[in-house]
Amino acid sequence: MKITFDWLKDHLDVKLKEEKLLEQLTNIGLEVESVENISVGNELFKIAKIIKTEKHPNADRLKVCDVDVGEKELKKVVCGANNAREGLITIYAPPGAVVPKTKIKLVVAKIRGVTSYGMLCSENELNLSDESEGITELLKSKYEKNVGKSYFTKSNSNLIDLSITPNRPDCLGIKGIARDLAASGFGKFKDPKKKIIKQKKKQNLKVKINKEKNRGCSVFGSCLITNVENKESPKWLKDKLVSIGQKPISAIVDITNYVMFDINRPLHAYDANKIEKGITVRNSKYGEEFTALDNKTYKLENGMCVISDNKGVLGLGGIIGGTRSGTELSTKNILLEAAYFDPSSIRRTAKKLNIDTDAKFRFERGIDPLSIEEGLNKASLLIKKICGGEISKIDIQKNETFKNKNVKFDPNLFEQITGFKIPLNKMYKILEDLGFKIKKDKNYFNLAIPSWRPDILQEIDIVEELVRITGYEKINLINPIKERNKSTLNQSQKLFHFLQRAIASKGYLEAITWSFTDSNFNNHFRNKIKEIKIINPISSELGVLRNSIFSNLIMYMSKNLDRGFKDLSIFEIGPIFFGSNPGEQSTVVCGLSAGKKNRLSWIDKERNVDVFDIKRDVVQTLVEAGFNSDNFFIDNETPNYYHPGKSGRLFLNEDKNNVAAFFGEIHPNVMKKVDIKTESLVGFEIFVDNLKLPNKTLNDQKTKFNVSDFQKSERDFAFIVDKEINAQKIVKIVSNVDLNLISNIKVFDVYQGENIPENKKSIAVSVTIQSSEKTLNDSDLEKINKSIVQAVESKTGAKIRS
Amino acid sequence: MSDLKKIKEEFLEKLKGGLNLSEINEIKSNLFGKNGLISSQFKKIGSIAESERKKFASDLNIIKDELQDLIDRKMDEIQNAEINEKLEKEKIDITLPERTFVRGRIHPVSQTIDEISSIFSEIGFSVEEGPDVENEYNNFTALNTPDNHPARDMHDTFYLDEKKEKLLRTHTSPVQIRTMLKDNPPFKIIAPGRTYRSDSDQTHAPMFHQVEGLHIDKDINMGHLKGCLNYFIKEFFEIDKIKMRFRPSHFPFTEPSAEVDIGYKIKDGKIIIGEGDQWLEILGCGMVHPNVLKNVKVDPKKFQGYAFGIGIDRLAMLKYGINDLRAFFDCDYRWLNHFGFDPLDVPTNYRGLSR
Repeated sequence: MKITFDWLKDHLDVKLKEEKLLEQLTNIGLEVESVENISVGNELFKIAKIIKTEKHPNADRLKVCDVDVGEKELKKVVCGANNAREGLITIYAPPGAVVPKTKIKLVVAKIRGVTSYGMLCSENELNLSDESEGITELLKSKYEKNVGKSYFTKSNSNLIDLSITPNRPDCLGIKGIARDLAASGFGKFKDPKKKIIKQKKKQNLKVKINKEKNRGCSVFGSCLITNVENKESPKWLKDKLVSIGQKPISAIVDITNYVMFDINRPLHAYDANKIEKGITVRNSKYGEEFTALDNKTYKLENGMCVISDNKGVLGLGGIIGGTRSGTELSTKNILLEAAYFDPSSIRRTAKKLNIDTDAKFRFERGIDPLSIEEGLNKASLLIKKICGGEISKIDIQKNETFKNKNVKFDPNLFEQITGFKIPLNKMYKILEDLGFKIKKDKNYFNLAIPSWRPDILQEIDIVEELVRITGYEKINLINPIKERNKSTLNQSQKLFHFLQRAIASKGYLEAITWSFTDSNFNNHFRNKIKEIKIINPISSELGVLRNSIFSNLIMYMSKNLDRGFKDLSIFEIGPIFFGSNPGEQSTVVCGLSAGKKNRLSWIDKERNVDVFDIKRDVVQTLVEAGFNSDNFFIDNETPNYYHPGKSGRLFLNEDKNNVAAFFGEIHPNVMKKVDIKTESLVGFEIFVDNLKLPNKTLNDQKTKFNVSDFQKSERDFAFIVDKEINAQKIVKIVSNVDLNLISNIKVFDVYQGENIPENKKSIAVSVTIQSSEKTLNDSDLEKINKSIVQAVESKTGAKIRS
Repeated sequence: MSDLKKIKEEFLEKLKGGLNLSEINEIKSNLFGKNGLISSQFKKIGSIAESERKKFASDLNIIKDELQDLIDRKMDEIQNAEINEKLEKEKIDITLPERTFVRGRIHPVSQTIDEISSIFSEIGFSVEEGPDVENEYNNFTALNTPDNHPARDMHDTFYLDEKKEKLLRTHTSPVQIRTMLKDNPPFKIIAPGRTYRSDSDQTHAPMFHQVEGLHIDKDINMGHLKGCLNYFIKEFFEIDKIKMRFRPSHFPFTEPSAEVDIGYKIKDGKIIIGEGDQWLEILGCGMVHPNVLKNVKVDPKKFQGYAFGIGIDRLAMLKYGINDLRAFFDCDYRWLNHFGFDPLDVPTNYRGLSR
């Protein structure tokens, strides 16, 4: 909402400075967004006359004009407008002036070789209208004598832009803002006694509100003004509108706008002669069409509130009028409308048709239903004064009578909510100043809520009014108590933070990417989960919720590789989605590692990052997080975006209940499709929600310290097994031979090739054997050796290598 | 001259020269070997007259010790010299680079969330979470923002179905609803997380982070709200004094509502929080609206309290001097490295937020 201090003073007796005003507006909740002096430099824009025009020597569409700007010498100005012609009175801006529309500062410039001193301006460039075709044409009779004078009148009032919250429709009128200011002690509110204006002439245009379900209009007030002469608005009115950034159009339109901004009462003026046999306010039927004042044709659906006549739709009530009944300079008879439209009906219709107007903005927030007569009177008297004519009686059609709402307010609630006290008489005064009618009951205020405050519904709203006007700075600060009754994080939150930092500590950079992604990328990693589309994405590249973090991560990895970084590890911890219902999401840690290890190292041999690098990161992280790797079970059933032979699926134990993690090389086809260029790319996904932490504190985890000091022996075994037998199996078999005596098993060699039959491989393990009760003698050890060999051979078909 | 003396003189002389290890070993065996000169003398002890035996044995031992010591010392010297010579040969260029290491980083948003959690932990808040996909009821209706209410325009919402029943939460406030529905008062929680709005420009990203706060108890008033936020802002920016301004605003789910500005100034192109006469809006808050409490079956006659919502990304930008919001989600290696945090820098109560 744009206002000026000058306009505020129409409703406010005040002697304070503007600086104070700005502070006070913010203090009472009418936040000042910006303050701008739109008239600074405006005096530079001069009324000017084109004396001579010539074709530009180097450009067909440009002209070189000699312009009289009231100085001795004529100015040479290059101009591209078709209507630039000799004798035209227009507006000239010299070098140094800032064009209001574009905010561009003019300089002396050579245009295609001809020096131009300043510019001739279009109405659009001056924010006078939307007319951008050609330069401004001023009325010769009126302006010729003023050549050389400033076109704009100087104003000292700044344009103040307020951010009015949606609960305060009353402050979408300058009067409402003045009332709030006055209540807070900033000036005195001028509330003129309502004059009762009686007109004699009958309003003889019939108006009717159809009785329908879900009608959007409850009151329709109107009056006829006959024999007017519509014209350009007088200067005071134009200045007023321009001062808040509005463009003057014609007296009739300007007056309705003025009344809207002044007292927040939207009005609509019809050319009464264009209305066929009276007005019907009704719900639209599907398929009805009309052309609105924005020159667009709208096709209506069922149930939109329209103002219509015998021929069809004239306009959308409270949103926008139609061209068919619009006023023009030639308009003689006017029907002036002031109505009450239902906010939700307005909002529904405007949303469906995607229309935003000043009237719609106000009606959807709730207009004072009792402002109909005030608005009609104010506007019709102005019209009569400026355009002449005769005013009829006001006709009011209604199917609901407005009743003020009441609230019973317990003054004690104020202190209970705000923590401080104000005296009763101060409460009384504030509420009265805000327009409440107050009856004091024993311990209560019985309050009649002003008709312009649809936001006030209950006691708590009264507290807000009181504290807002009193000032939030009065609220005492109560320091918080440092006391904790519940642990800050629960176990899964702790695990989240632990995993996040555990992965980062292994050289991964944490990324945060969108929860949505490109459907094409997502498809590579979707793994049979259904696609979850966003109905209204900001772009098609962000059209679906991600089913995997990989889609975004691989894209950003690729971007970084394109930046010239070759060896890079990144990860993200966050949600992936498997359905469009709340909760159909899970938390995943997802990482990617690209390039080489030891690139350009003087000491170590360089090699590609590989699946065992990423396996280490996953396993180490899980071990650090408190899971026992002895229990892990790994197979190679992984989603199709992993290399089928070089990837793994990890479970926390052999039960294989929930997948704890996938890891492996990214499938070469996927890399090709996403066009990522690197020597090697490996990735992992840890499914945080699947990691069921043992319900143990660190304290519980520290069991009795039990170690054996008896001598330990290490025995090596090399088995020749079928290629398909994996190391995990052999290790498990060996460890199960004697859980007490076998304390460690290490795979130290895997070999295929010479001396080993085809389809076989040699796996060598080193087994540590130690008893907690005695030193094992040779025969004990021999017994275990035998058992180990026997177990592995019988369960895998292996042969011990001799 | 006795034999003993002779042996002593002779070998002291021999041991003076520059000897190598084998020469020393030879001397050693000449003296102490099975038939060495000293060993032979010891064998003689039994045959010496008793009157002289004691002295002889004592003299012999002294000479033995003396020579033995000297030999040991000589051997040490030689061994040291040899080691030193070997070490000298092994000398390397120690300025060559160490084996490569890589350093991981924690994203500034994650770090900021941990900082926020740490601060609120101290004054008794616990962390709650909610889903990113919400239903229309939790995101709007339960929060006193009915359908067709203009306040919904403040939230450009991403929808997942044509009926507009499922959406990406536009704020973390639905966590208030979820928390209060599943439990009984009092409530004292914060809820950090991802939030989504369908606008995107230099200062808006379609996804950003918020932290919600909620404190409901028997007599929690606006003074507590002010105190809590004042404490938080001071702790977060790690400064002693903060200029803070509460000003009235409107949110459908709080009444009265406020926005909070903090004072700042720009010095040498850097923003300084807590000083100066410029105001910067950093959060919205208010007393939880009785309608919201009724919606979650909490009796507003018995319980009341406050809620707030803070933009985490914005806080991180202010604290760490980050200018561009979009860069948070661009994943540029250089940016992550520059603004990221070492994973060992865990904000905690006892060690504080910073080093």
